Amino acid sequence: MHSTAIALIQLGAVFFGLGLLGKMAWRVGISPIPLYLIGGLAFGQGGLVPLHGIEDFTHLSSEIGVILLLLLLGLEYSAAELMTGLKRSWTAGLVDIVLNATPGVIAALILGWGPVGALAMGGVTYISSSGIIAKVLGDLGRLGNRETPVVLSVLVFEDLAMAVYLPILTAVLAGVSFLGGLSAVGISLAAITVVLVIALKFGRYVSAVVDSPDPEVFLLKVLGAALLVAGVASQLQVSAAVGAFLLGIAISGSTAENATRMLEPLRDLFAAMFFVVFGLNTDPASIPPVLGLAVALAAVTTVTKVATGWWAARRQGIGRMGRARAGAALVARGEFSIVIASLTVASGAVDGELAALATAYVLLMAVLGPVAARVVEPLAKKFTRKRGTAPATA
Amino acid sequence: MNVEVTPLPGIGTRQDFMIRAGRRIGVITHRDGKFELIVSSLEDPDDCTASIALTAAEASTLAGLLGSPQLVAHLQEQQREVAGISTKQFPIPPGARFDGSPLAETELRTRTGASIVAVVRAGSVHPSPRPDFVFAGGDLVVVVGTADGLSAAAELLGGG
Repeated sequence: MHSTAIALIQLGAVFFGLGLLGKMAWRVGISPIPLYLIGGLAFGQGGLVPLHGIEDFTHLSSEIGVILLLLLLGLEYSAAELMTGLKRSWTAGLVDIVLNATPGVIAALILGWGPVGALAMGGVTYISSSGIIAKVLGDLGRLGNRETPVVLSVLVFEDLAMAVYLPILTAVLAGVSFLGGLSAVGISLAAITVVLVIALKFGRYVSAVVDSPDPEVFLLKVLGAALLVAGVASQLQVSAAVGAFLLGIAISGSTAENATRMLEPLRDLFAAMFFVVFGLNTDPASIPPVLGLAVALAAVTTVTKVATGWWAARRQGIGRMGRARAGAALVARGEFSIVIASLTVASGAVDGELAALATAYVLLMAVLGPVAARVVEPLAKKFTRKRGTAPATA
Repeated sequence: MNVEVTPLPGIGTRQDFMIRAGRRIGVITHRDGKFELIVSSLEDPDDCTASIALTAAEASTLAGLLGSPQLVAHLQEQQREVAGISTKQFPIPPGARFDGSPLAETELRTRTGASIVAVVRAGSVHPSPRPDFVFAGGDLVVVVGTADGLSAAAELLGGG
């Protein structure tokens, strides 16, 4: 009884503390993710307040957090939106991959983490945070802007890229050979194709399995299905997160919308736990040595994301200011970079330093992203005024 | 009017059009049913000077405010071909004779030959109100009838 009481008090303090951090973060207009990570660093090894007796719970919660993060990423866009996104913005999507994965790949190779580490770090610097970006665009009243569909279509493409990337990453992390890696690529491409076809043609059947007019039944069925699929996927060495993601894509239509609404608070709860646990498992002492590199990486990938957005918006005939806004909006990295880092570190295939670098990198980018989106307009205005003679369009 | 419909993946749909004043004006329909009224900036047509969140009820009230004057004009337009019939709207002031009474109690059709085709309340239009429709102060009653019928209706609805 006594240990339960202590566990409850610890958990309560953690959640309440995270709530206060989240409130603070949104008040100053940044994402709470970096604060959750710092919270985790403070509680964990060598941190201020070590936690005892709730490790089992926090570990499982963080796993559920990853599953829900990816389930909702899959639910976010319908299969039809993914297909139009693929058709319309694949060039912008490719530019995005090349520009933004390369810095991570190079950094990993310089650090001697080998091709596996390079694959992981490429993912960490590539994937934008659709959660932070959607929130920031809404907060800044930019949903009606002409460049916003461009930003969203880049995010849609990244979503699809994740569907191919994650199975490959998990296969490579599991230590398959080069040939095995190739077959993993084949299998993951086949899997995503099958899931997209199912979602497009038979989505209503998948939806019908989990759908229910009763919210309570619906919640239990969706959550149950997600954990079941994730568990089975994990047993098949495909990673729980990937399974949940593919299930999210397969569920479509109004069922997907209801599921999103229902699961969002749960995701926020468990995802917060996931960030804390990730911070917990990272030794705060390991951050300072990689901080310089993280800052350099942040600077480079800020420029490359801005370039991506600029280029994509320009192709759609958006003016200079709109291009700058589109570029700055895409800068934020967050939850999915941490998911990739956590999958990589958990496998033990790459040096644990990757966790420290990814943490420091996301700490910077999750703060920098919303700030960049906010200051881009005044900055760009100052810049164009200084240049004065620059033509209005280029 | 050329309304452009743009899907916003993960968010909803944007519908907007260019107005003569040189701005884009439109509505974002969120997936969860919320609305946003958007007005583009004059200096930067890509940007929005205003994006105003509206609840479903607020959106329908605004739509009514903008749409209801057109309703009467539209009805008048339609009845122009029918000789001798026209459309008029009468207010029910608060505290008037029929404020709080059901439509049937006016016996408008029996007494004047004119009929009530719609009631505009708080910006939204209630078309073809049933006999049990209860009037409230501030309602605008849209009546169709002959010139004689309409003046009789004016007396009945407006008179104490």
